[in-house]
Amino acid sequence: MKIRIKFAKYGVMKFIGHLDTMRFFQKAIRRAGIDVKYSEGFSPHQIMSFAAPLGVGVESCGEYMDIEVLSMTSTEDMKQALNRVMVKGIEILSVTPLPERAKNAMASVAAASYRIHMKEGGFPVTDLKTCIQGFYGQETIPYTKETKKSVRELDLKQGIYEMDADDEGGIRMLVNASSSGNIKPSMVFEKLCQYAGWEILPSACQVTRLETYADLANEGEMPRFVPLSEIESL
Amino acid sequence: MGKLALSDEILMQVEKPARYIGNEVNSVVKDKTRVSVRFAMCFPDVYEIGMSHLGIQILYSMLNEWDDVWCERVYSPWVDLDAIMRKQSIPLFGLESQEPVRDMDFLGITIQYEMCYTNILQILELSQIPLTARERGENMPIVIGGGPCTYNPEPIADFFDLFYIGEGETQYRPLLDWYLENKRLGGTREDFLHGAAKIPGIYVPQFYEEVYNEDGTIRGRKKLYEDIPDVIVKEIAKDVTNIPYPMNPVVPFIKVTQDRVTLEIQRGCIRGCRFCQAGQIYRPVRERDVDKLKEYALEMLKNTGHEEISLSSLSSSDYSKLDELLDFLLAECGERHTNISLPSLRIDSFSLDVMSKVQDVKKSSLTFAPEAGSQRLRNVINKGLTEEDILRGAALAFKGGWTRVKLYFMLGLPTETKEDILGIGDLSNKIAAAFFEAVPKDKRVNGKVQIVTSTSFFIPKPFTPFQWAAMCTKEEFLDKAHLTKQGIMSQLNQKSIKYNWHEADVSVLEGVLARGDRRVAEVIRKAYEKGCIFDAWSEYFKNELWMESFSECGVDIGFYTTRPRADDEIFPWDFLDCGVTREFLLREWRKAQEETVSPNCKKQCQGCGANRFGTGICYVETFDK
Repeated sequence: MKIRIKFAKYGVMKFIGHLDTMRFFQKAIRRAGIDVKYSEGFSPHQIMSFAAPLGVGVESCGEYMDIEVLSMTSTEDMKQALNRVMVKGIEILSVTPLPERAKNAMASVAAASYRIHMKEGGFPVTDLKTCIQGFYGQETIPYTKETKKSVRELDLKQGIYEMDADDEGGIRMLVNASSSGNIKPSMVFEKLCQYAGWEILPSACQVTRLETYADLANEGEMPRFVPLSEIESL
Repeated sequence: MGKLALSDEILMQVEKPARYIGNEVNSVVKDKTRVSVRFAMCFPDVYEIGMSHLGIQILYSMLNEWDDVWCERVYSPWVDLDAIMRKQSIPLFGLESQEPVRDMDFLGITIQYEMCYTNILQILELSQIPLTARERGENMPIVIGGGPCTYNPEPIADFFDLFYIGEGETQYRPLLDWYLENKRLGGTREDFLHGAAKIPGIYVPQFYEEVYNEDGTIRGRKKLYEDIPDVIVKEIAKDVTNIPYPMNPVVPFIKVTQDRVTLEIQRGCIRGCRFCQAGQIYRPVRERDVDKLKEYALEMLKNTGHEEISLSSLSSSDYSKLDELLDFLLAECGERHTNISLPSLRIDSFSLDVMSKVQDVKKSSLTFAPEAGSQRLRNVINKGLTEEDILRGAALAFKGGWTRVKLYFMLGLPTETKEDILGIGDLSNKIAAAFFEAVPKDKRVNGKVQIVTSTSFFIPKPFTPFQWAAMCTKEEFLDKAHLTKQGIMSQLNQKSIKYNWHEADVSVLEGVLARGDRRVAEVIRKAYEKGCIFDAWSEYFKNELWMESFSECGVDIGFYTTRPRADDEIFPWDFLDCGVTREFLLREWRKAQEETVSPNCKKQCQGCGANRFGTGICYVETFDK
């Protein structure tokens, strides 16, 4: 039986990287006594799939992982059992059974929404809304992505589906998070700083992933994003 | 959630920030207003090493069981954070509270190997605690040292307020009670230390002085108080089954060296290898009750979620209920998808059978530690492993599908000759040949056998029969390593044998620190001030700075390493009593020179003196005694 687990990761736990978060959950599932399914072979491991890796330093209230179990009483019991063995800064938000035909969490990811705010004070601008609208209103937002192997020119605009300021002084955006076109909020923020003439250290801002989405649209249609937890519609 | 001691900016620029944030599963957070004693327990090396240490987990759990005590963990900040903390004057903090160590009542430091001595100074300096005990004011934490290196505490005596000699389970409560009592009475730091010096197992170095002869050897010791003991006897847990054991070990977020449940099955070792310090200082052998161990195993696996359990002891094969314990673990762990790791097992058909059930034979390797290349030299060191044992074990293993064997030897052992050294190559070759003999051509899965032969350099340690032995110079060590290599290269099966040897510089330094006296402290401090830190990490070991420090302090390395010792020389550690008598050690030293072996504790009592503790193997009727 496939199960989708939604969780939040915040506070000091933002310093725990993706692989260590997986290790944390493998041990947590054993502590919680969940009847999880293991792979075959000489060194069996828990069958577990994470939706989208979260960068170190980023908080989230919309993380997902799928596991497979051999038996369970109820999803509510499982949620409680897991929350009993969590640490401060990781909280299980929901546990939902997943239809057999559903794609796994990782394959489903199409987009993610983020919020960026200053850890102290606000962004150095009087009208954040107008500033963000101006930035997002540009025809193109060219970005040079450098990796160890290559330098690539991207247009971020293609992958930013929505972007706005909220009433609490934060910046919100919905961006492409699919494996082919993933956009990191830090890339967008770097361009925004250039546009607005801000000199802000990355560590002065807090990035929070708000939700992770699947796209229900058929090919050629306009995207139809739904949170990964809304499994009924998958 | 509490505030971290380090800013996000710092945590985002250092490697592995998870080393510094605490918050791990089973870490203990208490209300600081409701405890009377704050205790910082430190392993002076990086988090991944320190978190793998069983002793700290035991003491952490024991101290936190007490309502009036809050024990936190402290590890060495890695070099990247070290530089930042110095630059910004950030005080070192406990992981649980994230509050400065210098505001706590005690700083306990476990001292597991000599090469961490400069890290002790790092811990003190980053904590903003004066390096020497005499410089510390009334409100500074009491700095306690413990662990195997305290069996010669003299080279680091200046840096500690007190040492706890022996096993930690017994005297911490009396020590903390006296601390609280002294506080209530309005006593000073000096009053506390004076009283502590009278608690069994506690050594307060500043109340004693070393007095030297003209030739630099020790004439004796002077005490500053009449009412403190001349000799400090090690503390020992008499009933190891009923002492505290951590049922809820802290589970790190990042991968650490020992990422598993550790089950200590016994303390001590019956074997009495003459180079081995652990084999003497943990005497007598005491086994834990097997039923209790079974309970512990399940409970700890449940509370940690670890995927692996490891048995811990100096020689697991000597545990009398090993079969019963392993059968139990095999049955339970199979169901739970848990691995069993089995270090220090003698290779025989039973252990191979167990190992083939818990590990992938094709991928794992078998380890033998003959320690010396000839039977003659193995008799000298009392290593009761014969060539026949090794070849029989290896042949069994090869038939069982193993193709990789690791061999460990030491170079520079007392009485060693060229023949002994060449014997290392011979034995490696015979093991390779045993493979070709045991496994017919068409059954050779990986095609061939792989022997990895490693040598370390022998370092005489206090409280061993070899405490009298002269150590080799660096040049002699390197010559021996080259001879070993030549010996291996001349073998028929040399293509199947890979040879590794240990650094010689570090071994020489370890030799000085192991048998040093109080005059070595100045060198340690100087080397640290010059920038020596993480000496146990070869990429950070700076031999030239150490050599400069020795010459600037006028301390002669050879005095501590290569100098032969007379039978009646007073050693810096002779004021400690580890249970084993000096007469026994001397007897063993002479037997070594006569190439005579001593039977192990199960076969025949050798009268080492440890029976005076009234417990353990000394009082167990064994079947083959």
